[in-house]
Amino acid sequence: MSTNIDPARQESAGNAPASAASTGAPVTGAGVSTATDAETTAGGDAIDTGTGRAPGSSATVIEPEPGKRKLSTAKAIQEAIAQEMRADDSVFVMGEDVGPYGGIFSSTTGLIDEFGADRILDTPISESAFIGAGIGAAVEGMRPIVELMFVDFFGVCMDQIYNHMAKIHFESGGNVQVPMVLMTAVGGGYSDGAQHSQALWGTFAHLPGMKVVVPSNPYDAKGLMTAAIRSNDPVVFMFHKGVMGLGWMKKNKRSIGAVPEESYEVPIGKARVVREGTDVTVVTLSLSVHHALDVAEKLEPEGISVEVLDLRSLVPLDRDAIVASVSKTGRLIVVDEDYQSFGLSGEVIASVAERQPQLLSHVSRVCMPDVPVPYASQLEYAVLPTATRIEAAVREAVAK
Amino acid sequence: MTLYPELTDEKRRELLNSMVLIRTYEEAILREYHADKSPGFDIGAGLIPGEMHLAAGQEPVAAGLGAHLTKDDAMTATHRPHHVAIAKGVRLREMTAEIFGRETGLGRGRGGHMHLFDPETHFSCSGIVAEGLPPALGQAMAFRRGGGDRIAVAVAGEGAANAGAFHESLNLAALWKLPVVFVIEDNDWGISVPRAQSTSVTSNADRGAAYGIPGVRVEENSVEGVYEACGEAVARARAGNGPSLVEVHTLRLWGHFEGDAQGYRTDLEGVPGRDPLPTYKQALVDSGAITEEDYNVMTASASERVEDAIDFAKASPTPDPADALDYVFSEGARS
Ligand SMILES: Cc1ncc(C[n+]2csc(CCOP(=O)(O)OP(=O)(O)O)c2C)c(N)n1
Repeated sequence: MSTNIDPARQESAGNAPASAASTGAPVTGAGVSTATDAETTAGGDAIDTGTGRAPGSSATVIEPEPGKRKLSTAKAIQEAIAQEMRADDSVFVMGEDVGPYGGIFSSTTGLIDEFGADRILDTPISESAFIGAGIGAAVEGMRPIVELMFVDFFGVCMDQIYNHMAKIHFESGGNVQVPMVLMTAVGGGYSDGAQHSQALWGTFAHLPGMKVVVPSNPYDAKGLMTAAIRSNDPVVFMFHKGVMGLGWMKKNKRSIGAVPEESYEVPIGKARVVREGTDVTVVTLSLSVHHALDVAEKLEPEGISVEVLDLRSLVPLDRDAIVASVSKTGRLIVVDEDYQSFGLSGEVIASVAERQPQLLSHVSRVCMPDVPVPYASQLEYAVLPTATRIEAAVREAVAK
Repeated sequence: MTLYPELTDEKRRELLNSMVLIRTYEEAILREYHADKSPGFDIGAGLIPGEMHLAAGQEPVAAGLGAHLTKDDAMTATHRPHHVAIAKGVRLREMTAEIFGRETGLGRGRGGHMHLFDPETHFSCSGIVAEGLPPALGQAMAFRRGGGDRIAVAVAGEGAANAGAFHESLNLAALWKLPVVFVIEDNDWGISVPRAQSTSVTSNADRGAAYGIPGVRVEENSVEGVYEACGEAVARARAGNGPSLVEVHTLRLWGHFEGDAQGYRTDLEGVPGRDPLPTYKQALVDSGAITEEDYNVMTASASERVEDAIDFAKASPTPDPADALDYVFSEGARS
């Protein structure tokens, strides 16, 4: 194999046809596999087979019609976890306050009532120990979902995450798998200050060996959680507090939406055009998708047509979808609640620059500037990628 | 309530006064915090947005500890910092302005209630559990190098005693014989997790032995008990004899944070009777150390100070959004 590895090619899993995701490698929930699994085949076009299901499970459903039933994102996550726990008793949850409290952001509400304290484990405030324990359990064939209450707390446990969870598969030459989900809350907008408001997904995505998914709505949250649990790779599942549909926080109207009752997957690594447009592409994710949609709706009567691409995953990054959209509109705005420099926004722009530089007639970013998230709301809202800032960026883009 | 015979009535009044000031403060913040969160409860709304962790019930720890400290000693605290900040002598007006997110606040509105930094009293706190402990070690190193008998105190909840930083800090402080006092506030709960479900030992004080330092548990939530135990630990540190660990079995009178419905809480029924403030007041009235009238004067003057601080905060300007990128570095370094 050439040493000139093309990162775009390496990450092209997201571009595989959705149906391919159901053609699984014959792993049966065991964490140990051989290097011949589909995921490690040469050429970089490997597909996350996302199997590892308990024997006898029916064919994987991929992105079915949403149907009519509406759930909050929090409920959608709980449902995905519950369905997987029913289907596979190697799945369990641990974290702080995930038991009777149901997760500080309601990611596990009610699960302890159905599954008991054996499978829904409240932990001490010992993140290194319990995240590391998740890794060990995963290596031995279990499928832990471990909650890190706020992503901001990764500082106390990052070694387990990036030097262990993310590297074991590689260091073992593909012989050891770590099928675990690290679920964590991200984002600001409610004055929780510099240690409780960060997005930080770019940090995780920067470090090789973890898939990183960031749903923006209930439908994707359920499907991505299901896919994350079934994945034989470690997946960092980052939910924004502002999309959970919590009763005690300013609610985004799209934090409640249609979710199929059946179990299904949203393939990890596939972006989605959530609104088609012709003048400018807004590439974004998580809560910012909703701000971008609000702006697109607002500007439509003025004849400004905004396409909104929801990345849904950072790793793998759906670079094809980015390039495809920009080739249609010719203008690119990246909206990212994570810090601006050295992160996702630059990566998105680089994907276009590397492949189709001639497309880049206009590029701009609406991100968190390189400043810790301030407490006072006047300051916080000056640095968040608000609809106001996105609108200004769109107007500037189309004025050219 | 145990009263320690060695204490003078004057000291007792001082301790009670400190507790009263703290309770008055927490009640006022409680009032202001909830004043404009409705309808319903929107955590991001109002003059004080964000999370709010109040320390009502834990006044004995703050008052009993603070009585041994001077302005020149250092203290690191947690997400629940007001009580110990007040006992440390942090400027009330500036602290309150910070909680209200104002330009006159300790951190010019950038930090918020979990991030109070007062260089005048060498006070700081962190919202990351147990991560306030290590910096106290460095403050102690600096003090020792500077000569004199200044010490650093690191305060944390019992939940923090299960974090790596706690154990690393105890070991390092012991190894280097640093002038540090570790104070653990055991309020029985780490958010919704009771200590018995999170902690392998019944007393964190026992953990001192693992690092060769004294560990004391004050079982009663009594300010005089804390005063005694902390007195010894502080004296030991000041004398250059190294760190100590004091755990106090205290009480979280209210929710973990405001808005916490506490459905998980199995001990609530007994809580009112365990409130340390009326208990101590009554003990002092009974012993003749104070009269009801003294107490009324105390509460009135506490209210006056607290309302003054709140008025100051409310009258202060909010930060200018145009300055949102300031203070990342001491010198301009933006690219
Ligand atoms: C490293 C880290 N993990 C988790 C949290 C979330 N958290 C904030 S306070 C808290 C409970 C702390 O309990 P304890 O130390 O006993 O202090 P208390 O709240 O009872 O004062 C938790 C889990 C955090 N802030 N930092």
